[in-house]
Amino acid sequence: MRLSLTFNWEVYIRPLLSVKGKDGDRPGGLEDSILDVDSLALPFTKRTLANGLHVVVHEDHHVPIVAVNLWYHVGSKNEQPGRTGFAHLFEHLMFEGSEHHNTGFFPPIQQAGGLLNGSTNTDRTNYWEVVPTSAVDRALWMESDRMGFLLPAVTPERFENQRDVVLNERRQNYENRPYGLAVVALTATLFPETHPYHWPTIGSADDIRAMRLEDVQAFFRTFYHPANASLTLAGDIDTDRAFDLADAYFGELPPGPLPAKVGATAELGSEVRLVLEDRVEMPRLYMAWLSPAMFDQGDAEMDLLGDLLANGKTSRLYRTLVYERRVALDVSAYQRSQELAGSFLLVATAAPGGSLPDIAAHIDEELQRVVDAGPSSDEMERARAQVEAHFMYRLQTVGGFGGKSDQLNAYNVFRGDPGFFAADVSRYHDATTSGLRAVAARVLAFDRRVVLSVVPSGRRDLALSDSALVSVS
Amino acid sequence: MRVDRSRLPEVGADPAFRFPDIVRHTLHNGLQLRTIERRTMPVTSMVVQVDGGAVADPRGREGLAAMTADMLDEGTGSLGAIEVSEGLARIGARYDADAGADVTSLSLTTLQRFAECGVAWLAELLIRPSLRSADFDRVRQMRLDRLQQLKDLPAAVAERAFLRLMYGDHAYGHLAIGDAVSLGAMTLEDVTAFHARRFGPSRTTITIAGSDTHDGLLRLVDGAFSGWSDDATIDEPASASAGQPEASSRLTVVPREGAPQSELRIGHLSARRDSPDYPALLVMNAVLGGEFVSRINLKLREEKGYTYGARSGFDWRRGLAPFVLRASVHTEATADAISDCLAELEGIRGPRPPSDSEMVLAKASLTRGYPRGFETAQQVARSVARLALYGLPDTYFEEFVPRVQAVEAADVVKVAGRYIDPARAVVLVVGDHQSIADSLSPLGLGEPNLLAADD
Repeated sequence: MRLSLTFNWEVYIRPLLSVKGKDGDRPGGLEDSILDVDSLALPFTKRTLANGLHVVVHEDHHVPIVAVNLWYHVGSKNEQPGRTGFAHLFEHLMFEGSEHHNTGFFPPIQQAGGLLNGSTNTDRTNYWEVVPTSAVDRALWMESDRMGFLLPAVTPERFENQRDVVLNERRQNYENRPYGLAVVALTATLFPETHPYHWPTIGSADDIRAMRLEDVQAFFRTFYHPANASLTLAGDIDTDRAFDLADAYFGELPPGPLPAKVGATAELGSEVRLVLEDRVEMPRLYMAWLSPAMFDQGDAEMDLLGDLLANGKTSRLYRTLVYERRVALDVSAYQRSQELAGSFLLVATAAPGGSLPDIAAHIDEELQRVVDAGPSSDEMERARAQVEAHFMYRLQTVGGFGGKSDQLNAYNVFRGDPGFFAADVSRYHDATTSGLRAVAARVLAFDRRVVLSVVPSGRRDLALSDSALVSVS
Repeated sequence: MRVDRSRLPEVGADPAFRFPDIVRHTLHNGLQLRTIERRTMPVTSMVVQVDGGAVADPRGREGLAAMTADMLDEGTGSLGAIEVSEGLARIGARYDADAGADVTSLSLTTLQRFAECGVAWLAELLIRPSLRSADFDRVRQMRLDRLQQLKDLPAAVAERAFLRLMYGDHAYGHLAIGDAVSLGAMTLEDVTAFHARRFGPSRTTITIAGSDTHDGLLRLVDGAFSGWSDDATIDEPASASAGQPEASSRLTVVPREGAPQSELRIGHLSARRDSPDYPALLVMNAVLGGEFVSRINLKLREEKGYTYGARSGFDWRRGLAPFVLRASVHTEATADAISDCLAELEGIRGPRPPSDSEMVLAKASLTRGYPRGFETAQQVARSVARLALYGLPDTYFEEFVPRVQAVEAADVVKVAGRYIDPARAVVLVVGDHQSIADSLSPLGLGEPNLLAADD
């Protein structure tokens, strides 16, 4: 390729690349905001129906669609040992029909041009539809029918079929996937048997096989009722009409008793080293710590630390392990924010020629550096720019996983305040070097963590020394 | 109000929706530009498409287009890879470069007020990448390591083998990443030459959607790209003609000892994206296997419980595209699942034409939710870029719904007969050969052709 103009990097690109505020170089601390605050907002109206159902409405008329998003405050943390995986299996049954529409949930929504899905995690189960404005009634009718009238439609055949589907989901996403069982092994050690985060949301295969139809009824009555749910409507709908519809479809449903709060504590007193054999080519190292719970003090800082340490090419560990020394193929970290307790995971896959003990030693050096000196002002500045962009991108869609309706429900269910968006932005934007440093020092201790080596079958010699063999099925 | 639960509420008339206006421009250097005004959010998104994706890989250098795409952000001017990433991070940009079958695409999304900077970055990376030797060695090694890892991933093993079965030696017959041999033989000079010959303004289309006027968006792109000119040595676009090779056996097995599930691919080369039968093919696939409520998923998942999900579809490209059914099924259900799938392919060709309710459902699911795909700047830029990729008219979005609505059950049966043929379909299984071998023989597909994961 021939260039027809002489390109002057310093003159042309450099000035464009500078996005600092006027005192952007203020070391370590806050800049005057680069935030475009006006467009970073998530306005809403909230009401609570007489039966306790929370209803949140957000108007956005850009595209003629409405997001219906319904959260039940129940997840695998509400399960009992021996019945793990139940919350998720139950979620499957919610798509099989309800008393007044006693056949699949998908066809009427898809026929209306809608998209729909649901998901279960440790803390909550969510269901959503994104429908053309003309089909809001239908989506609400169906959501309210399965909230109020599910049980008559749950037959033994449907139950057994979905149990098989879930067993296949487990095979596909965990058993037949490289490293698929690593996090299962990790969290089982991080959280003691008495803690409901000890087991994975998908559940154990034996528990799933042992489930009985009778379990469905008790679970439904305890957790699936208006007082344990939060409904958000977002999109091309007027607020008054949205509340009228919510009241019409859900107002008649009787509330149930609020489920007992799950309380549990976890503590690690030492470093635990494990090794797991798997059908993999490259050994991989996992480090995990107990960390602040979702929205607790330190949660946002851990999130930022994950980015700074190991996410993307600009992160410290990518630079040293992947880019410079080439001992790792990839490295990543994340703060898993959950309701009862958080966990912080750091993961690195060894490159051919790289060894897990060597990688672990380098990670420890970098962790020590962060604890000692904290992030640089340049790192903080980039992090803040990315935070702003991240929150802005989150405002682009009304529905689906992570869309505006899902965010409003998350804030409402976990904070009791759908208006937490602005405070959430601030948690990140106002984070400081010293704050990150302090949280890192508190959480990322070498003597209170789980270190898991996943190695190719028969190659336990590749693991960190003194690792105990674990097996997960 | 008391809810009437005796029947589902009817759905009202489809709400009106205005699809984005697309304005085409040609820069002085021949670069094609499409601009779309997006006032909903202060976000700008752009897609750059350069003719020549994996299809342009020279023989023996499979993976070159993807390697070149991967090298673009490894450095430019005085900046190295890390500094490039830092620069993109400072404007909160999401950047991606990817070699598809037919084109190499770069995309970048950023906040509106950084749009000028974002466009400048894209131009820099596309036109003036450093292409340094040390970066090449590192990136190539990472891709080789990635290939090694993919051998453990049943879905990746299946995709690779299936492409080979579909296209044989044709340029479409390999994954964009290439293979260990071709990557091993690749040199920095290959990348430099590919970039010099393939990348040029007359072979590039840019689509940009942002909160600005068409003129403003044009100025933005023109400012960064107008100085780019074509090299005289540009190659002609790679030929896209393709035909399925004769197979020695209809059944191929990639053994994966002890696997709890079998990864299935069933299909054959079928149709082109620019076919006039496209709307009918979409409806046909929606009835057959494109949706959760389609026949195949209902049979395999909701009736039999063999799988977490099964889907069919066309892997569109400029040339002849495969029709393919994908599922991961419980090992012991492998043979039954294959026979159910083949029966569904046969059924839609005539024995079981789509019912009225299937037609209504299929057409509605394709048309009524159509505006949903135009919510974000990124969605809009990508949709319009796809029109450019396949040479479709700017009126395509408006015409889509009426064209699909016009499809009738007889059309579906007709295109199924023409484009779907279970007797021609190749069946690929990545799974525990030992435990399924006996159950496979009664299927009548012949002796299986055995492949290794990295063959």
